[in-house]
Order: sequence, then structure tokens, then C-alpha cells
Amino acid sequence: MAQLEMTTGERQERRSTLSRRQLLSSAFAILGLLVFFAATLILVALITQMTIQGAPRLNWKFLTSFPSSDPLQAGILAAWVGSLLVIVTTMFVAVPLGVAAGIYLEEYGGTNWLAGLIEINVTNLAGVPSIVYGLLALGFFNQQLGLGESVLTAGLTLALLILPIVIVTTREALRAIPSSLREAAYALGSSKWQMIWDHVLPYSFGSILTGIIIGLSRAIGETAPLITIGALTFIAFLPPLPIQPQFPFISFEWLKAPFTVMPIQMFNWVSRPDPEFQANAAAAGVVLIFMTLTLNGFAIFLRYRFRKGIKW
Amino acid sequence: MTDQSLTPSAKAAQFTRNKQKREFKERIIQTVLFLAAFSCVLATLAIMEILIAESWQFFQKVSLKEFLTSTDWSPLFEPPGYGILPLVSGTLTTSAVALSVAIPFGLITAIYLSEFASARLREVAKPVLELLAGIPTVVYGYFALLGVIPLLQLLYNPIGPTLSNIAPAIFPIELSGFNMLGAGIVMGLMITPLISSISEDAMRAVPVGLREGSYATGATKLQTALKVVMPAATSGIVAAFILGISRAVGETMIVAIAAGLQPVVSFNPLEQAATITAYIVQVSLGDLPHGSIQYQTIFAAGLTLVLITLTFNVIGYFLSKRLREKY
Repeated sequence: MAQLEMTTGERQERRSTLSRRQLLSSAFAILGLLVFFAATLILVALITQMTIQGAPRLNWKFLTSFPSSDPLQAGILAAWVGSLLVIVTTMFVAVPLGVAAGIYLEEYGGTNWLAGLIEINVTNLAGVPSIVYGLLALGFFNQQLGLGESVLTAGLTLALLILPIVIVTTREALRAIPSSLREAAYALGSSKWQMIWDHVLPYSFGSILTGIIIGLSRAIGETAPLITIGALTFIAFLPPLPIQPQFPFISFEWLKAPFTVMPIQMFNWVSRPDPEFQANAAAAGVVLIFMTLTLNGFAIFLRYRFRKGIKW
Repeated sequence: MTDQSLTPSAKAAQFTRNKQKREFKERIIQTVLFLAAFSCVLATLAIMEILIAESWQFFQKVSLKEFLTSTDWSPLFEPPGYGILPLVSGTLTTSAVALSVAIPFGLITAIYLSEFASARLREVAKPVLELLAGIPTVVYGYFALLGVIPLLQLLYNPIGPTLSNIAPAIFPIELSGFNMLGAGIVMGLMITPLISSISEDAMRAVPVGLREGSYATGATKLQTALKVVMPAATSGIVAAFILGISRAVGETMIVAIAAGLQPVVSFNPLEQAATITAYIVQVSLGDLPHGSIQYQTIFAAGLTLVLITLTFNVIGYFLSKRLREKY
């Protein structure tokens, strides 16, 4: 810095390092774009390949047939009905439990040590590999509680699996509500629960719903924890209907029924060497991806809408 | 609301009664909410109880020394072997392959999206990454077995014999239809969105002032990204890596479908191997009597898996705490 005047040589040198550095920077920008598109395109290519392989099987008969030892006759009726029942069970357990837990941690917990302990537990549960939930289901729900290899066991297992997702998104949704809203409710004399139920929850409903949908779409795709329970792959019947023609019209027998789900059906077909079965696996995969992507896409759309709608 | 004809004292009494009733209701609601939150603790306890109780039974019959040092894992055969090392080596190898794909891909994408990309591209890219993260793992397993591995075979088999001549211990003549390389690569693709999304959040959280200071000294975007933003975001980036490792170690379906189920001690990704998770799936598909030692092996394997992921999580927690920078 002592020398203010630069010689022409120095100036030229500096200019050349500058252009070299700029060149490197632009090169990285191109590399970044390439990597992003490459990673995305590889996946798109793989999905396309699967769709092409599964396309001949994708028809009404495939959706309405039971599994069969003849690949051309086999379908996914038992699988998608099973998935639907398991998800409904999961939803009825995970949503009340997760939202309530989220409300407690965010609004009531404060700095008390028990809330701290619960928080650490939620973080830990989110990091537990999904197959370990399967071991829990096998040892605890199936054996110790005697629930067997049923829709109920599967629903409870997946509910525990997505509980951290629901809790964390509920907390984030509640945290996003400005405290002035809470203070206004208190100022009008409402109690804590009235404040939460009448004011905070309606405003955070959209974000909470997003979290629930993402959690459920994760549950639909989960395979490993249900395999350890011993979900069967060959089920050529449907569970009893939840609505009965006789009194009392509603039956919960389906909760105890053995079941199979979409991912397990696909796993079963994928691991067979016969390419005809692999085509079935591809078709099941397409249906599965369609289900999860629709749910996820809907969740992202919802979040976008609610973000746009509310301006504090 | 209140009756006009009531005397002030009666009004006051009614007010207290209502208040008491309301407070009682509030208390009940708070208790119910607490119980819901506490169910998480119960779930953790139930997981630990099951894993430890069944593993305890297992270690009554098999010594801890055999479990940790033997290289023979064959609980389903005669004579049985109960050494976990083959499963651990398989788990670590597939995870290493996955991370060597996911870390560079994820990090470059994160730097690009955070520092270079336009706001519009970022708006589109984030949801796309989220959607990709939502694809079920069993579908990724299909991609590995019927998409990536055939492609790898196509690339490898012409040069296989030549390579095998040079180093027969490493290179097989033909690539098997199940191998850790293919499973690992697909696992890496699956983890990439996770790593890039969390790293990007960490880099976006770095204050703009730091970037502007860097630009003011004449640094280019790349220099700013590598020498200013990344060091400042190290804590979050490390957390992303650790999450990726945990995900890879615990990943089940991809390896169960595509890595083969051979429990051999091998760190060569071109070979087949079984991972801890794949073994659990393999056993669960069969019909084992409860209480048998084979049944207990999956809980011992599960406990090992939990301990491995826990170790990584604890390391990650402390690393990211130490590296955290406050602004």
C-alpha cells in the first residue's frame, strides 16, 4: 500500500488474476447448474424408465385384481386397500397425538426440565432408523401387547414413525404466529386454551396440515418397519368392510385383519427374477410414486397458498 | 350475559364460580396435552426396552467377544456364527459409497442455489428437491437393481477381464447383478436432496453483511462462497453431513433389494454384501419362532444399528456446537 503508483506490469498482472478469478467463479456457476440438473435428470430418467417398463401393466384390471402366481393376472387390489386402511389408522393416531404434543411443547412447555427432556426425545426419535420402529412393532405391539400382524399394529408403528415430523411442523407453525395475537386474546380476557383454540390454531392450520400431509406421504412409502412385523405379501382377500349392513353398522374388525401394503407388494415383485414380475413391480412403483408425489405436491401447494394469504 | 337483577355480591360469587370452572378445564387440557407430549418419551423407552431385553437374551447364549470379533455371520446355518463384523462392514461400505456421491453433489448444489442461482430458480428448485426426497425408498431400490446396476454392468464388463488381470483381488471379471456400488450410488442420489437442502439453509442464514464485506475487498462470488460463507456455515453443513450418514446407515430397502445378501467382511464396493438393515429384512421375511436365538439376532443387530447412528449423532452434535459461529 506504500506505493500508490503501479507499474504497467503490475497492473496487467492484477487484471489477469482478476479475470482468472472471475472465470473460475463463472465456471463454478456452470458446474453448479450442471450438477443440479444432472442429479435431477438422473432421477427423472430412472422414473421414466420405470414408467416405460410398467406401462403395459397399468390398467384397470391391475388395480382391481388380487396378487397371483401368474404375473399377468396379478394386481394390487389388496395392496392399495391395505395401504389406505393403514394410513387412516396412522392418521387417527399421529395427528391428535402429534398436534397436542406440539402445542404442549410450544405453548406450555417453556423452560421446564420435563419439556426439555421431551424435546430431546423428539429429536432422537427423528433420527432413529425406520427399521428399528419395525423391531419395536414386532417386539412390543405384536408380541407384548398381542396385537398380532394386523392393520392396527402397522398403523401404530407408522404413527410413531411420523410423530416427530408432525410435532416439529406443528411447533414451527405455532412459532410463526406473532405474539401480539396472543396478547390481544389475553387482553380480551380469554384463557390460555381459548387463546390457542380460537386464535392461534385457526391461523396455523394451513402449516400444520402441510406437515401432516408430508408425514402421511412418508408413511405410505415406508416398507421396512412393516416387513419386520411380518406383513404378508400374498393376500387374496380384503379386510372386512368398516360399514356393515346390520346393526351397529360400523365395524372395527378390519383393524385386526392381516394386510399387505403397496411398498411391500412392490418389494415382493422386485425381488423375483422373472421380468414379468418386475414389470408388475414397475407398475406398482408408478402407482406408489403417483400417490406420494400427489400428496407432497399438494402439501407444497398448500404451504405456498397459506404463505401468500397471511401477511402479518 | 349475567342477569341484571342479581345483587353485586351474587354477581361476584358467580364470577368466582365461573373462574374456578374455567381454571379446572384449563388444568385438564394442559394435562392431556402433556400426556400426548410424554408419549414420545414412552416410545423411546419402549424402543430401548425391546432392544435391550431381547439382546440380553441373545447375549446369554453368545459371548460379546464372539459377537464383536468373529467374522462369521451365519445364524441361520449349521454351525451358526454370530460375528456382527460382516454386517458392519457392509453397512459402512454402502454408506461410504453413498456419501461420496451425496456430499459433493449436495454441497455443490447447495453452494450454487445459495450463492449463484437467481431467486426464481431457487423458488423452483427447492420444491423439486423436496418432491424428490418424497420418493419411497422401495422405488429407489427398484432404480438400483433394474436401472443403475445394469448400466454399471454395461460400463464395467468390457473392461472387467483386463482389470481383473491387473488386480484380481479387487476387480471381479464380471460385475454381479447385486453389488454395493450400485446400491450405494442410488442411496447417494436419495440423500443428495437432504444434504443440499439443509446446507443451503445454513448458508442462507449467514448474514449478508459478511458477503458484502467480502465483495468489497474484491473477492469473486466463488471466493466469497468458499472462504467466507462456507466457513461461517460449517456448523450447519456438518449437521447436514451427519444427518446424511445416519440416513445412509439406517437405509434398508435399497440395500435389501440391490446389495445382495452375502454376509462377508469386505470393503470392496464391487462385491455383494449384507448390511445390518438388510439382514433384519431377510430374517423377517422368513418365519422364525419367537424366542429362538435366530429371532433374537435381529434385535442384537438392531441394537448395534442404533448404537452406530447414536454415535454419529452425538459426534455431529458436539462438532456442530463447537463449530457454531455467533454473529
